[in-house]
Amino acid sequence: MLYKKTLGERVFNAVNLTLLTLAALSCFLPLVYVLAVSFSSSAAAMANKVALWPVDFTLKSYQYVIRKAAFYTSFGVAVKRVLLGVPINMALTILAAYPLSKERKAFRARTFFSWFFIITMLFNGGLIPWFMTIYKTGLIDKIWALILPGALPVFNMIVLMNFFRGLPKEIEDAALIDGAGQWIILLRVFLPLSVPSLATLVLFSAVNHWNSWFDGLILMNDPNNYPLQSYLQTVVVNRDMALVSIKDAELLREISDRTVKCAQIFIAMIPILIAYPMLQKYFTTGLVVGSVKG
Amino acid sequence: MRGHKAALLKKEIPFYIMLIPGIIVVFIYGYIPLGGIVMAFQNFMPALGVFKSPWVGWDNFEYALSMPDTMQVLYNTLFIALMKIAAGLVTPIAVSLMLNEVKQRGVKRVIQTIIYLPHFLSWVILSGVLIDILSPSEGIVGQIFQLFSMKPVFFLGDENWFPYTMVISDVWKEFGFGTVIYLAALTSIDPELYEAALMDGASRWKRTLHVTLPGIMPIVVLMTVLALGNVLNAGFDQIYNMISAQVYSTGDIIDTMVYRMGLRQVQYSVATAVGLFKSVISFTLISISYYLAYKLVDYRIF
Repeated sequence: MLYKKTLGERVFNAVNLTLLTLAALSCFLPLVYVLAVSFSSSAAAMANKVALWPVDFTLKSYQYVIRKAAFYTSFGVAVKRVLLGVPINMALTILAAYPLSKERKAFRARTFFSWFFIITMLFNGGLIPWFMTIYKTGLIDKIWALILPGALPVFNMIVLMNFFRGLPKEIEDAALIDGAGQWIILLRVFLPLSVPSLATLVLFSAVNHWNSWFDGLILMNDPNNYPLQSYLQTVVVNRDMALVSIKDAELLREISDRTVKCAQIFIAMIPILIAYPMLQKYFTTGLVVGSVKG
Repeated sequence: MRGHKAALLKKEIPFYIMLIPGIIVVFIYGYIPLGGIVMAFQNFMPALGVFKSPWVGWDNFEYALSMPDTMQVLYNTLFIALMKIAAGLVTPIAVSLMLNEVKQRGVKRVIQTIIYLPHFLSWVILSGVLIDILSPSEGIVGQIFQLFSMKPVFFLGDENWFPYTMVISDVWKEFGFGTVIYLAALTSIDPELYEAALMDGASRWKRTLHVTLPGIMPIVVLMTVLALGNVLNAGFDQIYNMISAQVYSTGDIIDTMVYRMGLRQVQYSVATAVGLFKSVISFTLISISYYLAYKLVDYRIF
């Protein structure tokens, strides 16, 4: 297309790019600001000197945070939660999605069980009955409280089910003729063909476990069992009581409730930032295609 | 015939075995709580349990309705949720159309990478960020106000501002990710349509109006219809983390009310009743929205 750009076209392009850049900056700068505060001394932060670059650069806030028992304990709980939760999520998702992806001829109860799962996504008993059930099954204050109630993410299951259904039927037929059973077909044929979809679901399940905070907050009575985000909720949104008791004036010049909060917010973001390039690679192809087939 | 059926059932056995773990988990944590709904019609006492607690009929619902705050909470929920739905639909569509006009691929990718990010951060983290930057005394937004010698607005502590702060910050978190679905739809528009329009001398604006918009219309209709299910979802995760006592009058929503009554004040039955009210209405709306989506754009969940 070789045609000369008109003035109007150029103005449009400039305005369009400016607006988009502003939108992108609005997403980016608040995070940079928090990062800058976390690396600044509390005196500089208090005097409102910090903008987008740390003032009186110091690592004291981070040193304080990583030595803080409540912080690293909750970090450990969060890691444990992801390591246990993701494989369980994936196993249950795959095991449910595969049979339900079959045609009604091959698996007559398919529609019944599909609705059995989907109804729970559309209708629920609300907070109190949910809490009571978990309480009655004896999971309070146990890591399993954060894993078992959501062990089968129904939305992910639908995405994978739709993906399985999109695979060519001939592949399965060929395997059946070769005498392969359903388990073999699932493990040797379907799973290898679904790697991008599975990668997307692994990442989403991991992000979901990492980011969940409400269940930890109400299902754990002992704060030592809080995962990181629940712990953060108590110190970031409320006040960090541990800091109030510090008497060391020297230290308080360097760190404050605010710089420590910002440091903790940033540390909690790191795993997401690390996973982010992968997330971006997969979610467009894997998830959008799977969930909306119009 | 019987032999055929038996053979078929035998072939189905692996499918049933595969479903067992999912069925157990969903039965326990998805269906047993549905049984717990009876608490809404009881004066539930933990010591007696659901089987022995006395029945009270619709008393809990009447009590909830008679509380002075209930109507306000319902209004707040609808107000915040509807504004979020409207802004949450329009913004991603506009941004995707704008991104679609960016011809420099590298620039486009960088912008996309940045605007997707907030979607993946939890409301705990983003509330922490927002509480800090919006603080009138120490936050950067407060400083900007002072720079222009204006009195800083307390976006999170002023009851007039709070609902709008919730709507705008929600759009801020999700607009980028919301573009994914429209951008995917945009790539599937036949390039020949654009070439034909160009031949006919259609301007950029005309091409957007007559090629691009009709091209993404089915997805726009779908997202609009599916958003209907969220009319009572004002966003618990967000509001719970940013609400404070001075903005209850405009910021308290059904979900925060259920949480406070149920788990803080231990009024299990009333909280269950309010929760049930919300579930029933949401379920009705979701059913209607799925039906409409099916009728209008042939959308099926599976």
